[in-house]
Amino acid sequence: MSDNLAASVREICKANGGDRTRLMDIVRAVQAKFGCVSGPAMEMIAQELKVHRVEVHGMVSFYSFLSEQPKGKVTIRLCNDLVDQMAGAAEVGQAFEDELGIKVGQTTPDGKIALEYTACIGMCDQAPAALVNDVVVTELSTDSARRIVRELRKHMDPARLVTRLGDGNNAHELVHAMVLNNIRVKGSLIFTPTNRGEAIRKALGITPAEVIRAVKTSRLRGRGGAGFPTGLKWEFTRAAPGERRYILCNADEGEPGTFKDRVILTELPDRVFAGMTIAGYAVGAEEGIVYLRGEYAYLRKYLEHTLQERRKDNLLGRNILGKQGFNFDIRIQMGAGAYVCGEETALISSCEGLRGDPKTRPPFPAQKGYLGCPSVVNNVETFACVTKILEQGPATFCEIGSQGSPGTKLLSISGDCKSPGVFEVPFGIKLSEVLKLCGAEDAIAVQVGGASGQMVAREEFGRTICYDDLATGGALMVLGPERNVLEAAEKFMDFFVEESCGYCTPCRVGNVLLRNRLARILAGDGEPSDLDYLNDLGQTVKIMSRCGLGQTSANPILTTLKNFRPAYNALVKKRTDGLQPAFDLRTAVADAERVIGRKSEHAHA
Amino acid sequence: MSATIEFTIDGKEIKGQPGQTILEAAQQAGVYIPRLCYMKGLTPWGSCRVCTVLINGRPQAACTQPIAPGMVVESSTDKVNALRRNIIDMLFVEGNHFCMFCEKSGSCELQALAYRLGIAAPKYPFMFPKRELDMSHPDVFIDHNRCIQCARCVRASRDVDGKHVFDFADRGAHRRIAVNAEAFLKDTDLAVTDKAAEACPVGAIVKKRTGYAVPFGQRLYDKKPIGSEIEAGVKS
Ligand SMILES: Cc1cc2nc3c(=O)[nH]c(=O)nc-3n(C[C@H](O)[C@H](O)[C@H](O)COP(=O)(O)O)c2cc1C
Ligand code: SF4
Ligand code: FES
Repeated sequence: MSDNLAASVREICKANGGDRTRLMDIVRAVQAKFGCVSGPAMEMIAQELKVHRVEVHGMVSFYSFLSEQPKGKVTIRLCNDLVDQMAGAAEVGQAFEDELGIKVGQTTPDGKIALEYTACIGMCDQAPAALVNDVVVTELSTDSARRIVRELRKHMDPARLVTRLGDGNNAHELVHAMVLNNIRVKGSLIFTPTNRGEAIRKALGITPAEVIRAVKTSRLRGRGGAGFPTGLKWEFTRAAPGERRYILCNADEGEPGTFKDRVILTELPDRVFAGMTIAGYAVGAEEGIVYLRGEYAYLRKYLEHTLQERRKDNLLGRNILGKQGFNFDIRIQMGAGAYVCGEETALISSCEGLRGDPKTRPPFPAQKGYLGCPSVVNNVETFACVTKILEQGPATFCEIGSQGSPGTKLLSISGDCKSPGVFEVPFGIKLSEVLKLCGAEDAIAVQVGGASGQMVAREEFGRTICYDDLATGGALMVLGPERNVLEAAEKFMDFFVEESCGYCTPCRVGNVLLRNRLARILAGDGEPSDLDYLNDLGQTVKIMSRCGLGQTSANPILTTLKNFRPAYNALVKKRTDGLQPAFDLRTAVADAERVIGRKSEHAHA
Repeated sequence: MSATIEFTIDGKEIKGQPGQTILEAAQQAGVYIPRLCYMKGLTPWGSCRVCTVLINGRPQAACTQPIAPGMVVESSTDKVNALRRNIIDMLFVEGNHFCMFCEKSGSCELQALAYRLGIAAPKYPFMFPKRELDMSHPDVFIDHNRCIQCARCVRASRDVDGKHVFDFADRGAHRRIAVNAEAFLKDTDLAVTDKAAEACPVGAIVKKRTGYAVPFGQRLYDKKPIGSEIEAGVKS
């Protein structure tokens, strides 16, 4: 067994060129083969790569899909984000527990099946959903959960759980998933037919500087959330000194409630790869990397195949489409379960085989990114837009949308609405119109922008989706009349506590404090001063945190404090006896009682 | 000599050299900006966030932010110091810090900074985490109860000692210092003479048998608040 481990580890490291920067691929391979990356495995990997054991240990322990202890041969990861909870994930979890005879977080005694909760897996429009190893199972019920366990017990083959296929490329033999695209509204940009190769041909017909000018003229801004002007980012990267440059595509899509990149990658991967190639030409890069979240591993084969087809057609590779000296290729880097790796510098760390800690800025990725080289990081949808801009010209792109926000935006809509799914809408659309489109006229609140976004109340449904008003990466989670917005906020805080990298104090500690105080209020033990406490603490986390995660993680609390104050006021009560509601005398003296071996008469009076 | 860069901190004119961080330029000019994870000679890390200043109103860590001409820096104002106190409070409640029993008391940077900023007791509830104690090494011990995750030991070992005795494991609230061995410090190549053995600002990594060499009352911060040496213009 240990000989087997040693030989396998050596082989895996060798297959990755003994390259320390490919540690992610190496540990993923070891995890897949042995069900864990054990202490001895870490020791051997460290030896093979000539790094320190603690570096491998630190890296493995960072990602939730990697483990030091053996889990099951099959791991069921049930998504427990807000929308899945609303759709009954708790009952499904209970059914899994009953049928498996274990609790969430445990492995069956025969070592075969492990059960875990996981953060949003990008399937909110078909919730509740789970990953069974790499296989996605959707629209779960207590019945289907039980059936899944019984099936697995029979054959232990997650692939055989896919009994019906989804639409579009989900049914492609290389995807073979029951996932649905749920494309509800097609706009005039992304979900339109294109000529494969056309955009690249047009780009190669002009100079790189002209390509950048076209992107600047289109006024395209990043679709991943932060909204930075894409042309400007490319210009900085092109101007930065460096031997090599890189184009990174952010396909981490970890923001709870977001799933539109999944649909783009399923249906239009060519358009994304074309955008990356155009970026490569524009900034002078020869290598592109798609950072694909571990949850989307089921798309990998298909994406690899698409890349292969592009190489065959000289849309990738050397002297692309006959353009002498323009070489560009793309590889896929898998992630392993960490929301923070969607943050661009953390994404770079992860691509380099490190812990997914964000990097210190400056330098910015455009100056010193992947392996210290100038790098562009853009969202999947941003690259898809680039292809369209080159194909049609920037003027056509600007005709759609609003003045400050040209183009369309893909929205991922889920929760309490009749038709959850992906909607391509022009920027500048009113939130109320969007709610009409998805059949959610009775919504009491919408969380716009995912967990890190804002909880918008009914009175504000007249606001518009654009960079100057409701800026968003596209996630809309709808809460119907039955829902409690503060419980939703608590759910989001749980998420941030789980996903903080822990590097900096305010995010590592502050989010726990915020979550705990909100939980106390929800338990009925809150007092009026707790609201100031939450606000002051939330502002501290927002202002003092090192990266975008901590700078936005207090938003669920800060925006509900602002927009749903009556909900808080109804919960916090001023006590007349002068005691703090959260203070329980019996609990307070319990330890002391245990030590002295008798009960306090006073406390139990 | 390259051109100097002029900017202000709390209205005071500062002249710095290109490539300096705000914290370094300030220090050279006798202005103390509170800090914990910063240590002279180590790559700036930016994790504690105590050194946060407002640059033209925007928050940045002074220990990692390069100076730029004309920047208006706000550092020792009520608003910024209130935010810093919150961070220090967080560090206190996150671990188990019992100053009165701690060998480091009086020369602890966390304690000294709390006093300097006027904290008598943290306003957040204590978390009382269960943390480990590693006494295995003959000359140095680690008390994780007191660790504030500043990475000074990590950087000192890696960048100064040319080893890699320490690094981080896990993430979020579970993030912690790990050693380059299966479990114990004794199985690493840490030597008591390493920079890493004296880089800890608190009492988390302590040399054994030295804890009480200097009596209480005569320690580094017993007489003057932390930062006074910088304000007195003494070059460190
Ligand atoms: C915690 C965190 C998570 C993020 N996750 C994503 C993500 O999953 N996908 C994405 O495109 N951008 C994400 N971003 C934004 C990226 O840092 C970056 O701004 C974006 O990839 C740039 O691409 P764009 O300009 O095309 O939007 C995230 C940011 C933070 C702070
Ligand atoms: S803000 Fe949070 S995620 Fe970002 S560096 Fe700090 S601890 Fe890590
Ligand atoms: S001293 Fe600057 S962040 Fe710690």
